[in-house]
Amino acid sequence: MQSIVSIKGLSKVYDSGHQALSTVDLEIHEGEILALLGPNGAGKTTLISIICGIVSASTGAVSVAGHDIITDYRVTRDLIGLVPQELTLGAFDTVWNTVNFSRGLFGKSPNPAYLEQLLKDLSLWDKRDSELRELSGGMRRRVLIAKALSHEPRILFLDEPTAGVDVELRQDMWKMVRRLNESGVTIILTTHYIEEAEEIADRVGIISQGQLLLVEGKLDLMRKLGKKQLLIELRQSIEEIPAALADYNLEISADGNHLIYTYDTQGDRTGITTLLQTLHETGLSLKDLKSSQSSLEEIFVSLVSTK
Amino acid sequence: MINYQAIRVIYKYEMLRAWHTLLQTIASPVISTSLYFVVFGAAIGSRIEQIEGVPYAVFIVPGLVMLSLLTQSISNASFGIFFPKFTGTIYEVMSAPISFFEILVGYVGAAASKSMILGIIILITANLFVDLNIAHPFIMLLFLVLTCVSFALFGFIIGLWATNFEKLQLIPMLVITPLVFLGGSFYSVSMLPPAWQTVTLFNPVLYLISGFRWSFFEVADVSVGVSLAMICLFLLACLLLVWWMFKTGYRLKQ
Repeated sequence: MQSIVSIKGLSKVYDSGHQALSTVDLEIHEGEILALLGPNGAGKTTLISIICGIVSASTGAVSVAGHDIITDYRVTRDLIGLVPQELTLGAFDTVWNTVNFSRGLFGKSPNPAYLEQLLKDLSLWDKRDSELRELSGGMRRRVLIAKALSHEPRILFLDEPTAGVDVELRQDMWKMVRRLNESGVTIILTTHYIEEAEEIADRVGIISQGQLLLVEGKLDLMRKLGKKQLLIELRQSIEEIPAALADYNLEISADGNHLIYTYDTQGDRTGITTLLQTLHETGLSLKDLKSSQSSLEEIFVSLVSTK
Repeated sequence: MINYQAIRVIYKYEMLRAWHTLLQTIASPVISTSLYFVVFGAAIGSRIEQIEGVPYAVFIVPGLVMLSLLTQSISNASFGIFFPKFTGTIYEVMSAPISFFEILVGYVGAAASKSMILGIIILITANLFVDLNIAHPFIMLLFLVLTCVSFALFGFIIGLWATNFEKLQLIPMLVITPLVFLGGSFYSVSMLPPAWQTVTLFNPVLYLISGFRWSFFEVADVSVGVSLAMICLFLLACLLLVWWMFKTGYRLKQ
């Protein structure tokens, strides 16, 4: 797949000494929906801000559609729309004026018909003459999206689009994201909710402490996240796995008192019933059973510790 | 290639902002100028002799216009750029395909236009109080334009530099206003004791007021050529400073 944003060795150290990003490499494919997943303060916003030209990088380079974001900023910024995390809007402008302002700022000649359709798509048309300070939080979020789309960008960045957003707006937003994506717009969104990434993204990148730990197709990642473990406590310790159980994905704990069975919740069958039956047949008696699923935090921890 | 659309929308936005705050931008300077006329021109001026052949109430007109031009150019431009910084909406300008030059033309151009309109309104107001004759209208306009642009640029620099509202007011209150008052707005420098005349020559605002006044009455404290040279120098200094600020992303980019 062709890459539309190419990030190479990107690092950012703020004046305060805080290292927000350390050598991030990332290829964003044209036409995909990429979710950047990570806890607060992981560096997601910094990464987006550098690509959009709001923050300058300490080292590294970013190119958009083959153009460097610094030397060719007019070309790259023209392609990009940004919906910021904070609800930063003027107070006294009307909705209509502010989207026209945004469009002009990006060098596009006025196009009332396009903006009318845009506002209608975002259920803002009725509010076009309202002043921004009169709008609710959800409406303000919609206005920010309208502003970002006012110049018909090919790449859309949504920074934590669902923070403080109700269910209805969230669903509207995902609908809009899909529709835009179908029309060929590449979408990059950040979130700290795994469910959101699961719902909307094609690929998921995980960022923690300024490092991009992995970028994978959503399905692969879900498989990893979908792994569950069954901890089987035995009455007597064993040295090795009985031959009858060799076909199962089993491990023995260090003390020999536990068997650990790893299985996939997304598979058709978990194999637990037959495992227990086989265990019974081998004559091993069980003391207790416990199952656990690796959480996003655990994946973060394990990813960070293996680095 | 120049992003004319961006310049247009920034300019329009800033001009509209003045419309929303019409009382603050137009009415209050007009009212305060009228008060100056009543107090200095009519009440005190009637007891003061002519200064270099010009009646006192007329003599102070150029100084009063300058007082408003300077403070309004600075406050318009500094607010124009400080406010988006303060609310965070500056992100949009920074992520747009605009050069610093275009941002500057939009913001400073609007601020300068506003104070130019204001200057003309004040002149018209003054004409209601006194009989005003302008000896060199084109030089008067040149001074008007150069002053508005230079000080709007200076205000823009203050707006970029300020990190809070206090800093925003600091320089206009503590530096500009005293300099204007001590720069001969209400008197001729020749009325001062010789030692203070020398001190006053270090006040850049003196050159502005003197040159501007010359265009009205052909009466000046320093020669009009020196005045023009000084204002061009100030304009150049501001341009260099703002160029450096943009180059380094000062207070804008982290």
